[in-house]
Amino acid sequence: MKTKNLFKLIIALFSATMLLFACGKGRRSITAAGSTAFQPFAEKLADQFMAANPDINVIIQGGGSAVGIQSALSGAANIGMADLVILPPEAKALVSSFVARDGIVMIVNPKNQVKGLTLQQIRDIYNGKVENWKDVGGGDNPITVVSREAGSGTRSSFETIVENIKLKKEAVVQDSNGTVRETVANDANAIGYISHGLINDKIRPLAINGIACTTEEILKGRYILVRPIFLLTRGAPVGDVKMFIDYILSKEGQDTIKANGLIPAK
Amino acid sequence: MMKLFSEKSIKKALTVIAFSAIAALLLIVVFIILEGLPFIFKVGISDFLFSSEWEPQMGRFGIFPMIIGSLVVTLGSMIVGIPLALSGAIFLSEFVPRWAMRIIKPTIELLAGIPSVVYGFIGVMVLAPLIRDYLGGPGLSILAASIILGIMILPTILSISIDSLKAVPQSYREGAFALGATHWQTIHMAVLPAAKSGIIAGIILGLGRAIGETMAVIMVTGNAVILPKSPLYSVRTLTANIALEMGYATGMHRQSLFATGVILLIIIMVLNYTATIAIRRRVGKK
Repeated sequence: MKTKNLFKLIIALFSATMLLFACGKGRRSITAAGSTAFQPFAEKLADQFMAANPDINVIIQGGGSAVGIQSALSGAANIGMADLVILPPEAKALVSSFVARDGIVMIVNPKNQVKGLTLQQIRDIYNGKVENWKDVGGGDNPITVVSREAGSGTRSSFETIVENIKLKKEAVVQDSNGTVRETVANDANAIGYISHGLINDKIRPLAINGIACTTEEILKGRYILVRPIFLLTRGAPVGDVKMFIDYILSKEGQDTIKANGLIPAK
Repeated sequence: MMKLFSEKSIKKALTVIAFSAIAALLLIVVFIILEGLPFIFKVGISDFLFSSEWEPQMGRFGIFPMIIGSLVVTLGSMIVGIPLALSGAIFLSEFVPRWAMRIIKPTIELLAGIPSVVYGFIGVMVLAPLIRDYLGGPGLSILAASIILGIMILPTILSISIDSLKAVPQSYREGAFALGATHWQTIHMAVLPAAKSGIIAGIILGLGRAIGETMAVIMVTGNAVILPKSPLYSVRTLTANIALEMGYATGMHRQSLFATGVILLIIIMVLNYTATIAIRRRVGKK
Protein backbone atom coordinates (compact mmCIF):
# COMPACT_ATOMS: atom_id res chain seq x y z
CA MET A 1 0.00 0.00 0.00
CA LYS A 2 2.77 2.35 0.99
CA THR A 3 4.73 1.81 -2.20
CA LYS A 4 1.60 2.46 -4.23
CA ASN A 5 1.23 5.86 -2.57
CA LEU A 6 4.88 6.65 -3.16
CA PHE A 7 4.40 5.75 -6.80
CA LYS A 8 1.42 8.07 -7.05
CA LEU A 9 3.44 10.85 -5.45
CA ILE A 10 6.24 10.41 -7.98
CA ILE A 11 3.75 10.53 -10.86
CA ALA A 12 2.16 13.67 -9.40
CA LEU A 13 5.54 15.39 -8.97
CA PHE A 14 6.57 14.37 -12.45
CA SER A 15 3.46 15.76 -14.09
CA ALA A 16 3.73 18.96 -12.05
CA THR A 17 7.26 19.46 -13.36
CA MET A 18 6.12 18.83 -16.92
CA LEU A 19 3.32 21.36 -16.48
CA LEU A 20 5.79 23.95 -15.25
CA PHE A 21 7.93 23.45 -18.31
CA ALA A 22 4.91 23.63 -20.59
CA CYS A 23 3.96 27.02 -19.13
CA GLY A 24 7.29 28.53 -20.15
CA LYS A 25 6.69 27.56 -23.75
CA GLY A 26 5.23 30.00 -26.26
CA ARG A 27 7.11 32.96 -24.79
CA ARG A 28 10.43 34.19 -26.05
CA SER A 29 12.93 34.54 -23.28
CA ILE A 30 16.14 36.44 -22.65
CA THR A 31 18.57 35.91 -19.79
CA ALA A 32 20.72 38.45 -18.01
CA ALA A 33 23.33 37.31 -15.48
CA GLY A 34 26.12 38.83 -13.41
CA SER A 35 26.59 41.72 -10.97
CA THR A 36 24.86 41.09 -7.66
CA ALA A 37 24.86 44.85 -7.03
CA PHE A 38 22.70 45.46 -10.10
CA GLN A 39 20.64 42.26 -9.77
CA PRO A 40 17.79 43.67 -7.63
CA PHE A 41 17.42 46.65 -9.99
CA ALA A 42 17.52 44.40 -13.05
CA GLU A 43 14.78 42.26 -11.51
CA LYS A 44 12.58 45.30 -10.96
CA LEU A 45 13.24 46.56 -14.49
CA ALA A 46 12.54 43.10 -15.89
CA ASP A 47 9.18 42.95 -14.09
CA GLN A 48 8.13 46.29 -15.54
CA PHE A 49 9.42 45.35 -18.98
CA MET A 50 7.51 42.05 -18.91
CA ALA A 51 4.33 43.83 -17.84
CA ALA A 52 4.63 45.98 -20.96
CA ASN A 53 5.75 43.08 -23.21
CA PRO A 54 3.90 39.97 -22.02
CA ASP A 55 5.28 37.80 -24.82
CA ILE A 56 8.89 38.21 -23.65
CA ASN A 57 10.21 36.48 -20.57
CA VAL A 58 13.25 38.10 -18.91
CA ILE A 59 15.25 35.91 -16.55
CA ILE A 60 17.68 37.67 -14.19
CA GLN A 61 20.48 35.73 -12.53
CA GLY A 62 23.22 36.84 -10.12
CA GLY A 63 26.65 35.30 -9.82
CA GLY A 64 28.87 38.37 -9.87
CA SER A 65 30.50 40.50 -12.55
CA ALA A 66 32.98 37.82 -13.57
CA VAL A 67 30.15 35.35 -14.10
CA GLY A 68 28.31 38.02 -16.10
CA ILE A 69 31.25 38.48 -18.45
CA GLN A 70 31.83 34.74 -18.67
CA SER A 71 28.23 33.87 -19.47
CA ALA A 72 27.90 36.65 -22.06
CA LEU A 73 31.04 35.30 -23.74
CA SER A 74 29.88 31.68 -23.67
CA GLY A 75 26.33 32.53 -24.68
CA ALA A 76 24.88 31.12 -21.45
CA ALA A 77 23.22 34.51 -20.98
CA ASN A 78 22.13 37.06 -23.60
CA ILE A 79 23.24 39.91 -21.38
CA GLY A 80 26.15 39.98 -18.95
CA MET A 81 25.88 42.51 -16.13
CA ALA A 82 29.18 43.94 -14.84
CA ASP A 83 29.91 46.68 -12.31
CA LEU A 84 33.65 47.18 -12.78
CA VAL A 85 35.54 50.43 -13.27
CA ILE A 86 37.89 48.70 -15.68
CA LEU A 87 36.54 45.77 -17.65
CA PRO A 88 38.97 42.83 -17.85
CA PRO A 89 40.67 42.11 -21.22
CA GLU A 90 38.40 39.15 -22.03
CA ALA A 91 35.41 41.55 -22.04
CA LYS A 92 36.91 43.38 -25.05
CA ALA A 93 35.13 40.93 -27.33
CA LEU A 94 31.78 42.12 -25.96
CA VAL A 95 29.74 45.23 -26.72
CA SER A 96 29.08 47.20 -23.55
CA SER A 97 26.11 49.46 -22.86
CA PHE A 98 26.52 51.88 -19.97
CA VAL A 99 23.19 51.84 -18.12
CA ALA A 100 23.71 53.17 -14.60
CA ARG A 101 26.18 54.31 -12.00
CA ASP A 102 26.61 53.06 -8.47
CA GLY A 103 28.29 54.89 -5.63
CA ILE A 104 30.48 52.91 -3.27
CA VAL A 105 30.10 54.25 0.23
CA MET A 106 32.46 53.87 3.18
CA ILE A 107 30.49 52.82 6.24
CA VAL A 108 31.17 52.70 9.98
CA ASN A 109 29.21 51.80 13.05
CA PRO A 110 26.84 54.57 14.28
CA LYS A 111 28.77 54.62 17.59
CA ASN A 112 31.90 55.76 15.76
CA GLN A 113 32.67 59.48 16.13
CA VAL A 114 34.48 59.82 12.79
CA LYS A 115 32.35 61.71 10.26
CA GLY A 116 34.57 61.58 7.19
CA LEU A 117 37.93 60.45 5.86
CA THR A 118 40.25 61.56 3.09
CA LEU A 119 41.12 59.20 0.28
CA GLN A 120 44.66 58.99 1.71
CA GLN A 121 43.30 57.98 5.13
CA ILE A 122 41.15 55.26 3.55
CA ARG A 123 44.19 54.00 1.66
CA ASP A 124 46.27 53.96 4.88
CA ILE A 125 43.56 52.14 6.80
CA TYR A 126 43.15 49.43 4.14
CA ASN A 127 46.92 49.07 3.73
CA GLY A 128 47.31 48.61 7.48
CA LYS A 129 49.38 51.79 7.97
CA VAL A 130 46.75 53.36 10.23
CA GLU A 131 45.46 50.85 12.77
CA ASN A 132 43.75 52.99 15.38
CA TRP A 133 40.75 55.29 15.07
CA LYS A 134 42.51 57.97 17.13
CA ASP A 135 44.91 58.58 14.21
CA VAL A 136 42.04 59.66 11.97
CA GLY A 137 40.04 61.69 14.47
CA GLY A 138 38.17 58.99 16.40
CA GLY A 139 38.44 57.37 19.82
CA ASP A 140 41.35 55.19 20.97
CA ASN A 141 40.10 51.94 19.41
CA PRO A 142 41.71 49.49 17.01
CA ILE A 143 40.25 49.57 13.50
CA THR A 144 38.62 46.39 12.19
CA VAL A 145 39.03 46.55 8.42
CA VAL A 146 36.28 44.77 6.49
CA SER A 147 36.76 44.06 2.80
CA ARG A 148 35.33 41.81 0.09
CA GLU A 149 36.68 38.59 -1.42
CA ALA A 150 39.12 38.61 -4.34
CA GLY A 151 37.20 38.83 -7.61
CA SER A 152 34.32 40.92 -6.23
CA GLY A 153 33.33 43.78 -8.53
CA THR A 154 32.81 46.12 -5.60
CA ARG A 155 36.26 45.35 -4.25
CA SER A 156 38.07 45.75 -7.55
CA SER A 157 36.25 49.02 -8.25
CA PHE A 158 37.09 50.25 -4.75
CA GLU A 159 40.75 49.34 -5.10
CA THR A 160 41.00 50.79 -8.61
CA ILE A 161 39.61 54.17 -7.55
CA VAL A 162 41.40 54.49 -4.20
CA GLU A 163 44.62 53.22 -5.87
CA ASN A 164 47.72 51.57 -4.41
CA ILE A 165 45.86 49.30 -2.03
CA LYS A 166 47.52 46.16 -0.81
CA LEU A 167 44.86 44.92 1.56
CA LYS A 168 46.25 44.28 5.01
CA LYS A 169 46.29 40.62 5.94
CA GLU A 170 44.27 40.94 9.12
CA ALA A 171 41.32 42.37 7.17
CA VAL A 172 38.04 40.52 7.71
CA VAL A 173 36.65 39.31 4.39
CA GLN A 174 32.90 39.04 3.79
CA ASP A 175 31.28 37.72 0.65
CA SER A 176 28.47 40.19 -0.05
CA ASN A 177 27.36 43.78 0.44
CA GLY A 178 24.83 42.53 2.97
CA THR A 179 27.29 40.67 5.19
CA VAL A 180 29.74 43.59 5.13
CA ARG A 181 26.92 45.84 6.31
CA GLU A 182 25.96 43.32 9.01
CA THR A 183 29.56 43.03 10.24
CA VAL A 184 29.95 46.81 10.48
CA ALA A 185 26.56 47.15 12.19
CA ASN A 186 27.71 44.65 14.83
CA ASP A 187 31.24 45.97 15.42
CA ALA A 188 31.72 49.47 16.83
CA ASN A 189 35.30 49.60 15.49
CA ALA A 190 34.70 48.32 11.97
CA ILE A 191 34.96 50.07 8.63
CA GLY A 192 33.66 48.66 5.36
CA TYR A 193 32.39 49.65 1.94
CA ILE A 194 29.08 48.79 0.26
CA SER A 195 26.92 49.78 -2.64
CA HIS A 196 25.27 53.20 -2.18
CA GLY A 197 21.76 51.77 -2.62
CA LEU A 198 22.13 49.58 0.48
CA ILE A 199 22.65 52.20 3.20
CA ASN A 200 20.35 51.74 6.20
CA ASP A 201 20.19 53.17 9.70
CA LYS A 202 22.21 50.41 11.36
CA ILE A 203 25.40 51.84 9.82
CA ARG A 204 26.64 55.36 9.13
CA PRO A 205 28.03 56.48 5.75
CA LEU A 206 31.25 58.51 5.75
CA ALA A 207 32.04 61.55 3.65
CA ILE A 208 35.16 61.25 1.49
CA ASN A 209 37.34 64.36 1.15
CA GLY A 210 34.43 66.21 2.76
CA ILE A 211 31.84 65.13 0.21
CA ALA A 212 28.93 62.89 1.22
CA CYS A 213 27.81 60.03 -0.98
CA THR A 214 24.48 61.29 -2.30
CA THR A 215 22.80 61.03 -5.68
CA GLU A 216 23.25 64.78 -6.28
CA GLU A 217 26.99 64.77 -5.53
CA ILE A 218 27.49 61.75 -7.77
CA LEU A 219 25.52 63.38 -10.62
CA LYS A 220 27.63 66.53 -10.21
CA GLY A 221 30.71 64.34 -10.45
CA ARG A 222 32.08 65.49 -7.09
CA TYR A 223 31.90 62.19 -5.21
CA ILE A 224 34.84 60.06 -6.20
CA LEU A 225 33.94 56.42 -5.37
CA VAL A 226 31.61 55.74 -8.30
CA ARG A 227 31.58 52.77 -10.63
CA PRO A 228 29.70 52.28 -13.87
CA ILE A 229 27.29 49.43 -14.49
CA PHE A 230 27.58 47.84 -17.92
CA LEU A 231 25.33 45.48 -19.80
CA LEU A 232 27.48 43.32 -22.05
CA THR A 233 26.32 41.56 -25.20
CA ARG A 234 28.06 39.47 -27.83
CA GLY A 235 27.83 41.81 -30.79
CA ALA A 236 25.58 44.87 -30.86
CA PRO A 237 22.25 44.14 -29.12
CA VAL A 238 19.43 43.11 -31.47
CA GLY A 239 15.79 42.05 -31.20
CA ASP A 240 14.40 41.39 -27.72
CA VAL A 241 17.75 42.07 -26.06
CA LYS A 242 17.91 45.50 -27.72
CA MET A 243 14.33 46.17 -26.65
CA PHE A 244 15.19 45.39 -23.03
CA ILE A 245 18.36 47.51 -22.99
CA ASP A 246 16.54 50.36 -24.72
CA TYR A 247 13.85 50.10 -22.07
CA ILE A 248 16.45 50.39 -19.28
CA LEU A 249 17.92 53.46 -20.98
CA SER A 250 14.48 55.02 -21.54
CA LYS A 251 13.18 57.68 -19.15
CA GLU A 252 10.94 55.18 -17.40
CA GLY A 253 13.78 52.73 -16.92
CA GLN A 254 16.22 55.37 -15.68
CA ASP A 255 13.57 56.73 -13.29
CA THR A 256 13.12 53.25 -11.83
CA ILE A 257 16.88 53.03 -11.33
CA LYS A 258 16.92 56.41 -9.60
CA ALA A 259 13.88 55.69 -7.43
CA ASN A 260 15.56 52.57 -6.06
CA GLY A 261 18.84 54.15 -5.03
CA LEU A 262 21.09 53.76 -8.06
CA ILE A 263 22.30 56.69 -10.13
CA PRO A 264 21.03 56.98 -13.72
CA ALA A 265 23.55 56.85 -16.55
CA LYS A 266 22.57 60.22 -17.99
CA MET B 1 7.38 -17.71 -12.12
CA MET B 2 6.13 -14.13 -12.03
CA LYS B 3 7.32 -13.79 -8.47
CA LEU B 4 10.77 -15.06 -9.35
CA PHE B 5 10.99 -12.61 -12.21
CA SER B 6 10.14 -9.61 -10.08
CA GLU B 7 12.54 -10.84 -7.41
CA LYS B 8 15.32 -10.85 -9.97
CA SER B 9 14.46 -7.50 -11.51
CA ILE B 10 14.35 -5.80 -8.12
CA LYS B 11 17.74 -7.25 -7.30
CA LYS B 12 19.10 -5.92 -10.57
CA ALA B 13 17.52 -2.51 -10.10
CA LEU B 14 19.00 -2.23 -6.62
CA THR B 15 22.42 -3.18 -7.93
CA VAL B 16 22.25 -0.47 -10.58
CA ILE B 17 21.14 2.11 -8.03
CA ALA B 18 23.90 1.13 -5.62
CA PHE B 19 26.51 1.45 -8.34
CA SER B 20 25.16 4.77 -9.54
CA ALA B 21 25.88 6.15 -6.06
CA ILE B 22 29.49 5.04 -6.47
CA ALA B 23 29.51 6.50 -9.98
CA ALA B 24 28.43 9.86 -8.58
CA LEU B 25 31.33 9.82 -6.14
CA LEU B 26 33.77 8.80 -8.88
CA LEU B 27 32.47 11.54 -11.15
CA ILE B 28 32.97 14.20 -8.50
CA VAL B 29 36.47 13.01 -7.67
CA VAL B 30 37.51 12.76 -11.32
CA PHE B 31 36.00 16.16 -12.13
CA ILE B 32 37.72 17.98 -9.27
CA ILE B 33 41.05 16.29 -9.96
CA LEU B 34 40.89 17.01 -13.69
CA GLU B 35 40.12 20.67 -13.04
CA GLY B 36 42.54 21.16 -10.17
CA LEU B 37 45.57 18.95 -10.74
CA PRO B 38 46.92 20.67 -13.89
CA PHE B 39 46.85 23.94 -11.98
CA ILE B 40 48.83 22.51 -9.07
CA PHE B 41 51.55 21.31 -11.44
CA LYS B 42 51.58 24.63 -13.28
CA VAL B 43 52.08 26.66 -10.11
CA GLY B 44 54.22 24.03 -8.43
CA ILE B 45 53.17 21.89 -5.49
CA SER B 46 55.41 23.57 -2.94
CA ASP B 47 54.45 27.11 -4.03
CA PHE B 48 50.79 26.20 -3.89
CA LEU B 49 50.94 24.42 -0.55
CA PHE B 50 53.54 26.41 1.36
CA SER B 51 53.34 29.99 0.12
CA SER B 52 51.35 32.43 2.25
CA GLU B 53 50.60 34.87 -0.56
CA TRP B 54 47.01 34.54 -1.76
CA GLU B 55 46.36 37.21 -4.37
CA PRO B 56 44.65 35.41 -7.22
CA GLN B 57 44.25 38.64 -9.20
CA MET B 58 48.01 39.14 -9.18
CA GLY B 59 48.74 35.50 -9.97
CA ARG B 60 49.85 34.55 -6.47
CA PHE B 61 48.27 31.36 -5.23
CA GLY B 62 49.51 30.18 -1.85
CA ILE B 63 47.00 28.30 0.28
CA PHE B 64 49.24 27.70 3.30
CA PRO B 65 47.24 30.12 5.52
CA MET B 66 44.04 28.32 4.55
CA ILE B 67 45.49 24.87 5.32
CA ILE B 68 46.60 26.16 8.71
CA GLY B 69 43.21 27.86 9.12
CA SER B 70 41.33 24.62 8.47
CA LEU B 71 43.57 22.65 10.81
CA VAL B 72 43.46 25.22 13.61
CA VAL B 73 39.69 25.64 13.48
CA THR B 74 39.21 21.86 13.39
CA LEU B 75 41.62 21.38 16.29
CA GLY B 76 39.80 24.09 18.23
CA SER B 77 36.45 22.44 17.63
CA MET B 78 37.90 19.15 18.89
CA ILE B 79 39.13 20.84 22.07
CA VAL B 80 35.64 22.21 22.66
CA GLY B 81 33.65 19.24 21.38
CA ILE B 82 35.46 16.10 22.58
CA PRO B 83 35.39 16.72 26.35
CA LEU B 84 31.73 17.71 26.18
CA ALA B 85 30.78 14.75 24.01
CA LEU B 86 32.82 12.20 25.94
CA SER B 87 31.68 13.22 29.39
CA GLY B 88 28.13 13.41 28.08
CA ALA B 89 28.39 9.95 26.59
CA ILE B 90 29.84 8.44 29.76
CA PHE B 91 27.20 10.09 31.89
CA LEU B 92 24.37 9.02 29.62
CA SER B 93 25.46 5.43 29.14
CA GLU B 94 26.74 4.65 32.66
CA PHE B 95 24.87 6.81 35.13
CA VAL B 96 21.49 7.68 33.72
CA PRO B 97 18.51 5.34 33.94
CA ARG B 98 17.23 3.97 30.66
CA TRP B 99 14.06 6.11 30.61
CA ALA B 100 15.97 9.38 31.00
CA MET B 101 18.37 8.32 28.28
CA ARG B 102 15.41 7.85 25.98
CA ILE B 103 14.62 11.55 26.40
CA ILE B 104 18.12 13.05 26.51
CA LYS B 105 19.79 11.25 23.62
CA PRO B 106 17.23 12.16 20.91
CA THR B 107 17.28 15.74 22.17
CA ILE B 108 21.02 15.99 21.72
CA GLU B 109 20.75 14.32 18.33
CA LEU B 110 18.33 17.09 17.36
CA LEU B 111 21.35 19.40 17.46
CA ALA B 112 22.56 17.60 14.34
CA GLY B 113 19.39 18.64 12.55
CA ILE B 114 19.87 22.38 13.01
CA PRO B 115 21.03 23.88 9.67
CA SER B 116 24.60 25.17 9.76
CA VAL B 117 23.53 28.63 8.65
CA VAL B 118 21.57 28.93 11.90
CA TYR B 119 24.68 28.04 13.90
CA GLY B 120 26.57 30.66 11.90
CA PHE B 121 23.89 33.22 12.57
CA ILE B 122 24.06 32.64 16.30
CA GLY B 123 27.85 32.83 16.09
CA VAL B 124 27.73 36.21 14.34
CA MET B 125 24.96 37.70 16.44
CA VAL B 126 25.78 36.39 19.91
CA LEU B 127 29.20 34.81 20.17
CA ALA B 128 31.32 37.21 18.09
CA PRO B 129 30.15 40.37 19.91
CA LEU B 130 30.77 38.66 23.28
CA ILE B 131 34.31 37.71 22.28
CA ARG B 132 34.95 41.19 20.90
CA ASP B 133 33.70 42.91 24.02
CA TYR B 134 35.39 40.69 26.61
CA LEU B 135 38.53 39.41 24.89
CA GLY B 136 39.20 41.92 22.10
CA GLY B 137 40.05 41.40 18.46
CA PRO B 138 37.50 41.46 15.66
CA GLY B 139 35.28 38.85 17.36
CA LEU B 140 34.97 36.86 14.15
CA SER B 141 37.77 34.51 15.09
CA ILE B 142 39.19 31.03 15.54
CA LEU B 143 37.69 30.96 19.02
CA ALA B 144 34.18 31.73 17.77
CA ALA B 145 34.47 29.12 15.03
CA SER B 146 35.84 26.52 17.46
CA ILE B 147 32.94 26.95 19.85
CA ILE B 148 30.31 26.88 17.10
CA LEU B 149 31.88 23.85 15.38
CA GLY B 150 32.44 22.14 18.72
CA ILE B 151 28.70 22.27 19.34
CA MET B 152 27.97 21.18 15.78
CA ILE B 153 30.07 18.01 16.02
CA LEU B 154 28.83 17.21 19.52
CA PRO B 155 25.87 15.02 18.44
CA THR B 156 28.01 12.97 16.03
CA ILE B 157 30.68 12.12 18.59
CA LEU B 158 28.18 11.74 21.41
CA SER B 159 25.81 9.29 19.79
CA ILE B 160 28.54 7.07 18.34
CA SER B 161 30.33 7.09 21.70
CA ILE B 162 27.12 6.14 23.53
CA ASP B 163 26.55 3.27 21.09
CA SER B 164 30.04 1.92 21.55
CA LEU B 165 29.89 2.29 25.35
CA LYS B 166 26.56 0.44 25.34
CA ALA B 167 28.12 -2.27 23.18
CA VAL B 168 30.64 -3.13 25.90
CA PRO B 169 29.39 -6.41 27.38
CA GLN B 170 27.83 -6.14 30.83
CA SER B 171 30.21 -8.89 32.01
CA TYR B 172 33.15 -6.43 31.80
CA ARG B 173 31.46 -4.15 34.30
CA GLU B 174 30.43 -7.05 36.54
CA GLY B 175 33.97 -8.40 36.40
CA ALA B 176 35.43 -5.06 37.45
CA PHE B 177 32.92 -4.64 40.26
CA ALA B 178 33.72 -8.16 41.43
CA LEU B 179 37.37 -7.21 41.69
CA GLY B 180 36.37 -4.39 44.03
CA ALA B 181 36.63 -1.50 41.57
CA THR B 182 34.58 1.62 42.18
CA HIS B 183 32.11 2.84 39.58
CA TRP B 184 34.60 5.37 38.15
CA GLN B 185 37.46 2.84 38.19
CA THR B 186 35.23 0.44 36.29
CA ILE B 187 34.48 3.06 33.67
CA HIS B 188 37.97 4.33 32.99
CA MET B 189 39.82 1.03 33.43
CA ALA B 190 37.41 -1.47 31.87
CA VAL B 191 34.61 0.16 29.88
CA LEU B 192 36.45 3.04 28.17
CA PRO B 193 39.38 0.92 26.89
CA ALA B 194 36.90 -1.62 25.49
CA ALA B 195 34.92 1.10 23.72
CA LYS B 196 38.03 3.01 22.63
CA SER B 197 38.04 2.26 18.90
CA GLY B 198 34.35 3.09 18.58
CA ILE B 199 34.87 6.40 20.34
CA ILE B 200 37.86 7.18 18.12
CA ALA B 201 35.77 6.43 15.04
CA GLY B 202 33.14 8.86 16.31
CA ILE B 203 35.77 11.52 16.90
CA ILE B 204 37.15 11.09 13.40
CA LEU B 205 33.69 11.39 11.89
CA GLY B 206 33.20 14.59 13.89
CA LEU B 207 36.58 15.77 12.65
CA GLY B 208 35.44 15.18 9.09
CA ARG B 209 32.32 17.21 9.68
CA ALA B 210 34.29 20.06 11.25
CA ILE B 211 36.85 20.28 8.47
CA GLY B 212 34.18 20.10 5.78
CA GLU B 213 31.79 22.62 7.32
CA THR B 214 31.50 25.74 5.20
CA MET B 215 28.53 28.01 5.82
CA ALA B 216 28.86 28.45 9.57
CA VAL B 217 32.62 28.83 9.22
CA ILE B 218 32.39 31.56 6.57
CA MET B 219 30.06 33.46 8.83
CA VAL B 220 32.10 33.31 12.04
CA THR B 221 35.79 33.18 11.09
CA GLY B 222 36.06 36.55 9.34
CA ASN B 223 37.97 34.93 6.45
CA ALA B 224 41.22 36.87 6.68
CA VAL B 225 44.05 35.18 4.76
CA ILE B 226 46.59 35.21 7.55
CA LEU B 227 48.68 32.95 9.75
CA PRO B 228 46.99 33.35 13.14
CA LYS B 229 49.00 34.28 16.22
CA SER B 230 46.23 33.69 18.77
CA PRO B 231 42.73 32.19 18.94
CA LEU B 232 41.34 35.73 18.60
CA TYR B 233 42.67 36.07 15.08
CA SER B 234 40.43 35.79 12.08
CA VAL B 235 41.35 32.98 9.66
CA ARG B 236 40.11 31.50 6.41
CA THR B 237 39.56 27.77 5.96
CA LEU B 238 39.94 25.78 2.73
CA THR B 239 36.19 25.30 2.40
CA ALA B 240 35.50 29.00 3.00
CA ASN B 241 38.09 29.94 0.39
CA ILE B 242 36.29 27.91 -2.26
CA ALA B 243 32.80 29.07 -1.36
CA LEU B 244 33.75 32.74 -0.97
CA GLU B 245 35.46 33.18 -4.28
CA MET B 246 33.80 30.62 -6.54
CA GLY B 247 31.06 33.02 -7.61
CA TYR B 248 33.47 35.54 -9.01
CA ALA B 249 36.40 33.45 -10.13
CA THR B 250 37.40 32.97 -13.74
CA GLY B 251 40.43 31.50 -15.50
CA MET B 252 43.42 30.66 -13.30
CA HIS B 253 41.60 31.89 -10.21
CA ARG B 254 38.81 29.40 -10.82
CA GLN B 255 41.29 26.57 -11.37
CA SER B 256 43.07 27.49 -8.15
CA LEU B 257 39.80 26.98 -6.26
CA PHE B 258 39.40 23.52 -7.77
CA ALA B 259 42.99 22.84 -6.72
CA THR B 260 42.02 23.94 -3.20
CA GLY B 261 39.24 21.37 -3.49
CA VAL B 262 41.76 18.66 -4.41
CA ILE B 263 43.75 19.36 -1.24
CA LEU B 264 40.56 19.36 0.85
CA LEU B 265 39.46 16.11 -0.78
CA ILE B 266 42.78 14.46 0.06
CA ILE B 267 42.59 15.58 3.68
CA ILE B 268 39.01 14.33 4.06
CA MET B 269 39.74 11.03 2.31
CA VAL B 270 42.63 10.34 4.67
CA LEU B 271 40.34 11.08 7.62
CA ASN B 272 37.55 8.86 6.34
CA TYR B 273 39.97 6.05 5.64
CA THR B 274 41.32 6.31 9.18
CA ALA B 275 37.76 6.20 10.49
CA THR B 276 36.97 3.11 8.46
CA ILE B 277 40.03 1.33 9.82
CA ALA B 278 39.14 2.31 13.38
CA ILE B 279 35.59 1.03 12.96
CA ARG B 280 36.75 -2.18 11.31
CA ARG B 281 39.11 -2.85 14.19
CA ARG B 282 36.19 -2.50 16.59
CA VAL B 283 34.04 -4.94 14.65
CA GLY B 284 36.96 -7.33 14.36
CA LYS B 285 37.34 -7.42 18.13
CA LYS B 286 33.83 -8.60 18.83
